Amino acid sequence: MSENIEAIEKQGQREDVPVFKAGDTVRVHVKVREGEKERLQVFQGVVIARKHGGVRETITVRKISGGMGVERIFPLHSPIIDKIEVVSEGKIRRAKLYYLRELKGKKARIEELRRD
Amino acid sequence: MKIGILGRKVGMTQIFDETRAVVPVTVVAAGPCVVLQKKSPSTDGYHAVQVGLVEKVGRRAITKPQAGHLKKAGAGSVRAIRELRGEFPDLVPGNTITVDLFKDIQVVEVIGTSKGKGFQGVVRRHHFRGGRATHGSMFHRAPGSIGASSDPSRVFKGTKMGGQMGSGRVTVKNLRLVQVDAERGLLLIRGAVPGPRGGLLTIHGIR
Repeated sequence: MSENIEAIEKQGQREDVPVFKAGDTVRVHVKVREGEKERLQVFQGVVIARKHGGVRETITVRKISGGMGVERIFPLHSPIIDKIEVVSEGKIRRAKLYYLRELKGKKARIEELRRD
Repeated sequence: MKIGILGRKVGMTQIFDETRAVVPVTVVAAGPCVVLQKKSPSTDGYHAVQVGLVEKVGRRAITKPQAGHLKKAGAGSVRAIRELRGEFPDLVPGNTITVDLFKDIQVVEVIGTSKGKGFQGVVRRHHFRGGRATHGSMFHRAPGSIGASSDPSRVFKGTKMGGQMGSGRVTVKNLRLVQVDAERGLLLIRGAVPGPRGGLLTIHGIR
């Protein structure tokens, strides 16, 4: 890639993205604008995919809300994200966890990674 | 007033705008351009300025007649030369055009050469629907009828048929100029722009 594009992409990139990978549970604090006011909304769920790179990177976060699976795709470097917290790390065997969509209940859990 | 500049497509990326939305942009390395010649109705029949894109050019890429033409304007290494139609009273040969001129411009028009697709059939080239693939239809991607019979006994000009696709001059109008990076000589234009990366583009600013 051209160094010019890299330089532009650097400008839009945020420095405060924590280290996490697919399978980890994260809390994404999203800035929501309601009329004039702005408040924070938390979206907590499992990261089932990280895609693309540089400023264009996105994460797909999946959670179960009221018995329904809800997925939200965030541009990782988007200014609407206030911060991302890593809640727990998951023990997984692949990079994209789309198989979770087909699973329900206990099977849809992800074992927590133990670091000893 | 109309202004124009030459540049090369660098590639695409995305940036976040002030409403925090993602904007897809094409990065164009534009200018500096040097004015080589002015054309006027008295000598050439029309108003135009001839500009060249200043870039590194191999020793043998410029012929002697070209070198002489460049020397007349006091220009250095120029490979791509284009004309910008219109009267530009404040430009004289030897002047330089940079992206600075685009600072307060919001809308641009981009002219480039589209990517060549080779000889393409009528389905790809003109979006004909084609026929059924199965059930013995025997009519798949053929153009079908190209006209009537003994009257008119010919195929009308302009009938859509297969042929060379792409690699032609394409103008895209009303593209939003998102950002001007004067330091690096870059223009960030919203959306896609014709041609491959490294392709020559003419950018007209519309004030």
